[in-house]
Amino acid sequence: MLSNQKVAETLVKKFGDDVFDFEEPYGLLTLSTTREQILPMLEFLFNHEKIKGNFLTDLTGVHFPDWKGQEFAVVYHVHSLVHNFRLRIKVYLSEADLHIPSATPVYSSANWMERETYDFFGIIFDGHPNLIRILNIEEMDYFPMRKQYPLEDATREDKLDALFGR
Amino acid sequence: MADIELVPNAKSPARIGQPELVGELTTLNLGPTHPATHGIFQNILQMDGEKIVSTEQTIGYIHRAFEKIAERRPYYQITTLTDRMNYCSSPINNLGWHMTMEKFLEVDVPKRAQYIRVIMMELARIADHLICNGILGVDTGAFSGFLYLFEKREEIYEIYEEVCGARLTTNMGRLGGMERDLSSEAIRKLRAFIKSFPPVMQEFENLFNRNRIFMDRLINVGAISAERALNYGFTGPNLRAAGVDYDVRVMNPYSSYEDFDFIIPVGQSGDTYDRFMVRNAEIWESLKIIEQALENLPQGPYYADAPEYYLPPKDEVYSNMEALIYHFKIVMGEIDAPAGEIYHAVEGGNGELGFYMISDGGRAPYRLHFRRPSFIYYQAFPEMCIGSTLSDAIVIMSSLNVIAGELDS
Repeated sequence: MLSNQKVAETLVKKFGDDVFDFEEPYGLLTLSTTREQILPMLEFLFNHEKIKGNFLTDLTGVHFPDWKGQEFAVVYHVHSLVHNFRLRIKVYLSEADLHIPSATPVYSSANWMERETYDFFGIIFDGHPNLIRILNIEEMDYFPMRKQYPLEDATREDKLDALFGR
Repeated sequence: MADIELVPNAKSPARIGQPELVGELTTLNLGPTHPATHGIFQNILQMDGEKIVSTEQTIGYIHRAFEKIAERRPYYQITTLTDRMNYCSSPINNLGWHMTMEKFLEVDVPKRAQYIRVIMMELARIADHLICNGILGVDTGAFSGFLYLFEKREEIYEIYEEVCGARLTTNMGRLGGMERDLSSEAIRKLRAFIKSFPPVMQEFENLFNRNRIFMDRLINVGAISAERALNYGFTGPNLRAAGVDYDVRVMNPYSSYEDFDFIIPVGQSGDTYDRFMVRNAEIWESLKIIEQALENLPQGPYYADAPEYYLPPKDEVYSNMEALIYHFKIVMGEIDAPAGEIYHAVEGGNGELGFYMISDGGRAPYRLHFRRPSFIYYQAFPEMCIGSTLSDAIVIMSSLNVIAGELDS
């Protein structure tokens, strides 16, 4: 059985100072890395003979507009089905430079998940085979899940109830 | 007239290592509103005669921005969004979301509520698989099995109605338990279903499982190896058909699944026939679980003692001061959740249905992401159908059980 401690030690031994911010929310090992190290780390987890992190459960983005220099996060959930061990990896990106290597060389499943993340957050996955919008229309010129685009305010009064049926 | 060299889709993987085409390719639009897609999504197929050379998928026709909407909704109002993802098995989505929040808020749900949830989730799984397998029959030209099974699905929906008042978009359960106890009518309907369902299912299996025409249409069609399936993020019956025994119910038991005795059916070749057979076998296992849960249904309360989160029963709201206060606070969204992040997954009809939520301590999630299984595995469709015929592509798509609502979120 793998423990959080063991996996964390393995990763520190391999990547040194490039893994940091260790946490265990609800028992799930969470750590951060840099965008230079994310692809080597995924490959390392994938090929590691003990960990066998061969399953990418989820890949998504988060926007933190108030965190200067790390406005965006890309979150990977890697699952080792052999040991039933889950791991969450975060990479913070600055809004000025939203590039990160694509995980598609390791996991084919990353293809659409990265397209979705690009579609909603505008994060650019370098090396992705077909980085275009997936759920929104291609003509859209903004990234709707960013926090500067609020949903319509339910209390606004400039729309006539008679016309809009509210 | 100058010679025009026809090199359509030169980049397509199927073209590599094949002789140059002499003829012209036909472009075929499968969808967005094609009867065989069972939902709204498009496949642009390039056909060389009867063979598929390449396919390009377009999805997002019913994208409803659930993740964005969820960022403004109080936690208990998000349940109605989850209904509309996999609408063939909405109770699993609803209860999965409640369980995510209960794990996040550390609310202990009483055993009785957990067992009722298990019954409802397994009913939903049966309904989901019945549709998928029934439609697979329709797509291969056998309508009767589908029609015959729909009567049983109707009975499942009547049980939903008895438990939560709704049929398709159920909004079932509440954060902390169920909205009401299992009524005697619901238990009667459940018992009737357990009794009347097996002969019908058996007859359906007799009709299809060893049917020569059906087997010829399905065996070795759309096969995918376990390794590729894992790499493509397959989960649920589609992964198990490829021979990987991954089931969230067993790997990370939730809602007392560890109390029940059932097996995980697996296939071997990962082809369409295996997917069909795995789903059939899972229906029998689900039935076993329902029987056990109903037999051993514990006594006790059906909701947790968590007044800040559990919407109080209506009769208490009108007679009890505290219940009225909490009712008001919950409905107005004045209950704040702690800050933190969580990932929780349940075994949905199509596989691992995950909820990744980040809370900044407010009334609504800061970020909520749904891991929708069919969104992730549908991207393997080109790899599975290139080189086969159009009629094969239809049954592959049907056996993958791609649900448009789940695909587009």
